[in-house]
Amino acid sequence: MSVITYRQALRETIRAEMHRDENVFLMGEEIGVFEGSYKITEGMLTEFGERRVRDTPISEEGFVGSAIGSAMLGLRPIVELMTINFSLIAADQIINHAPKVYGMFGGQTSVPMVIRTPGGGGQQLGATHSQNIELFYSFIPGMKVLAPSTPAEAAAMMRAAVRDDDPVLFLENLGLYNSKGEVPDNYADDSGPVAEIGRAGVLREGSDITLIGYSRMAALATQVAEELAEQDISVEVIDLRSLRPLDRETIVNSVAKTGSAVIAEDDWLTYGIGAEIAASIQEGAFDFLDAPVRRVAMAEVPLPYAKPLETAALPSVESVTTAIKETLNAVGRRVG
Amino acid sequence: MADTAKPKSGSAAKNSGGRRRSRKGTPTAVADESPEVLREYYRRMLLIRRFEERTGQAYTQARIGGYCHLNLGEEATVVGLMTALQERDYLFANYRDHGYAIEKGIEPRRVMAELYGRSTGTSKGWGGSMHMYDTDARMLGGWGIVGGQLPMATGAAMAVSYRGGDEVVMCQMGDGTTNIGAWHESLNIASLWNLPIVYVVINNYLGMGTTVDMSSAEPDLYKRGCAFRIEGERVDGQDVLAVRDTARNLVERARSEQRPFLMETMSYRMKGHSVVDPAKYRSKEDAQEARSNDPLAAFESQLEEAGVLDEDRKKEIADAVRQEVADAADFAENSPHPDASTLFDYTYASPVANESTRMPADPVFAD
Ligand SMILES: Cc1ncc(C[n+]2csc(CCOP(=O)(O)OP(=O)(O)O)c2C)c(N)n1
Repeated sequence: MSVITYRQALRETIRAEMHRDENVFLMGEEIGVFEGSYKITEGMLTEFGERRVRDTPISEEGFVGSAIGSAMLGLRPIVELMTINFSLIAADQIINHAPKVYGMFGGQTSVPMVIRTPGGGGQQLGATHSQNIELFYSFIPGMKVLAPSTPAEAAAMMRAAVRDDDPVLFLENLGLYNSKGEVPDNYADDSGPVAEIGRAGVLREGSDITLIGYSRMAALATQVAEELAEQDISVEVIDLRSLRPLDRETIVNSVAKTGSAVIAEDDWLTYGIGAEIAASIQEGAFDFLDAPVRRVAMAEVPLPYAKPLETAALPSVESVTTAIKETLNAVGRRVG
Repeated sequence: MADTAKPKSGSAAKNSGGRRRSRKGTPTAVADESPEVLREYYRRMLLIRRFEERTGQAYTQARIGGYCHLNLGEEATVVGLMTALQERDYLFANYRDHGYAIEKGIEPRRVMAELYGRSTGTSKGWGGSMHMYDTDARMLGGWGIVGGQLPMATGAAMAVSYRGGDEVVMCQMGDGTTNIGAWHESLNIASLWNLPIVYVVINNYLGMGTTVDMSSAEPDLYKRGCAFRIEGERVDGQDVLAVRDTARNLVERARSEQRPFLMETMSYRMKGHSVVDPAKYRSKEDAQEARSNDPLAAFESQLEEAGVLDEDRKKEIADAVRQEVADAADFAENSPHPDASTLFDYTYASPVANESTRMPADPVFAD
């Protein structure tokens, strides 16, 4: 075991996959000469050359679409979208085409492509640059949407994504890049762990309440659970990891065990991913519920730039902790 | 003020008849080509014509659903373009794709079966009229979103270049497509990266009811590659030999010079945008001009005059074509519908063990 950053986990896994398979290549804005806006592709151009590390024009629809076409001919592109906010420019290719090709042509060809993209608020980037809009892509059958929360998960999920034959939107969170965590020593070897796409993770077992998150919120959930453990509250932390396909089973089983749930999400509440999870719990574990399912989400505003406003808008350790305590109080268990 | 010298049609309501249709290129004379080849082109154009007529009929009888866009009037373009491709070359087309699919090497009966939504169709009934596809024929799809196929075709050419292959990608589209963002992005990338691709604009002067003059600030579409340093050529799309020669030249140059080209074929769409469109926006003169520019009739009389086609041969070809189209329709008619139990078979190429296929209240889909 060693301790590395989320950024390093991604970079080393991608490098290893490029060495393993000649068909894997990188494409995106500023990934080569500039070495990536968030430096995931640092050193890649020098190591692999222009054929396999392609700087593109600012042309999101053009290069995402090109990646799809190249994947139809058997290449395995890893496309970097500078941030998920710009994915909307390429939405026609991402939504109308990539996830449809396999079904629309009766299973004759598929699109083994990874679109890597950071998202998330908390960096004072303002309304158009702070969005978590993975929901749009999670809505689409044929798409796979992954959102790992730890360096170990990032490595295992990236390896799974590159080897998968379907289009994968790989969501990174700006707030996670520098976060550290333990990874197995072989994390970047061909023999390293490969995540099972469509499986949620249980980051921490507990018996009083289930806390569900993904990406940055799963990391935050672990922190909340650790703090509450000191107050003798046992929180089970579920990391969705795979937003589509969604693992309802793990969620339902956990809630059946604990009897209550709080969902923490870094995106807007209305029609959001938390709504889907709450509905799944209601469908699958209604009889086990001792209290209504609570959701903690981003304030429903275009995210402001000013730091106090932005902080107030985002879920925090405090707001998640409060939701957990209120839920447990409703259950009849008096906590602080 | 805008340049008032530029001719603009006034409104969508009635398109003017007197369209400027400059045609370029030096077409091969019929006399320079062998009779067998000429008769073969004629047969193929006739096949597409009869196939499309049958398609229109079947649509009216509700044997075919969805949208249905025909190639009537564009047969010379279809055959000329496809003749220019080698078997190993790839084609991306728009939704007006039946003729292209047949010409690229998919059996007419499989194209018809796709139109009927049967499991024997090119896409097992999952695609329909707009989505003909066959990996072996290297027909990489008809695509239904205007311009959506351009980035993907560009990426296919990139894959060819990545591997150092010598295939060429042809990307077909209509004139209306040249104003969408994907067009500009694709041409720019193809030129930057020296990709072996030929973008072909079928200029039938109309995108639904909107004319080229109404939609394109530079209506000479073949010139519009200049912003990307892409050479363009315009050709008479009603002349199968001219289309073939121009396309062949550009395809072979794309192959040997490893760079993109732009081609524009001046065509006429004889009927409405789709089977259900009565084309009321078309002026009488314009509709008349389209009808009188029937490329099949013109080619037929050319061949007759040259002594390549006589009544017997014509009948022989017509009979064979009629038979082939009837066979395609019978095949489609008698093919099985896809079974509802296959509904979840094509969501993912890498299946997910945990994926729920349950639909509430439907016992058929219970796990
Ligand atoms: C992005 C998009 N916008 C609008 C449409 C609806 N539509 C389908 S065909 C068409 C006209 C396209 O004209 P053109 O490119 O000239 O092709 P043609 O039909 O003449 O072959 C339109 C507007 C569409 N399918 N996709």
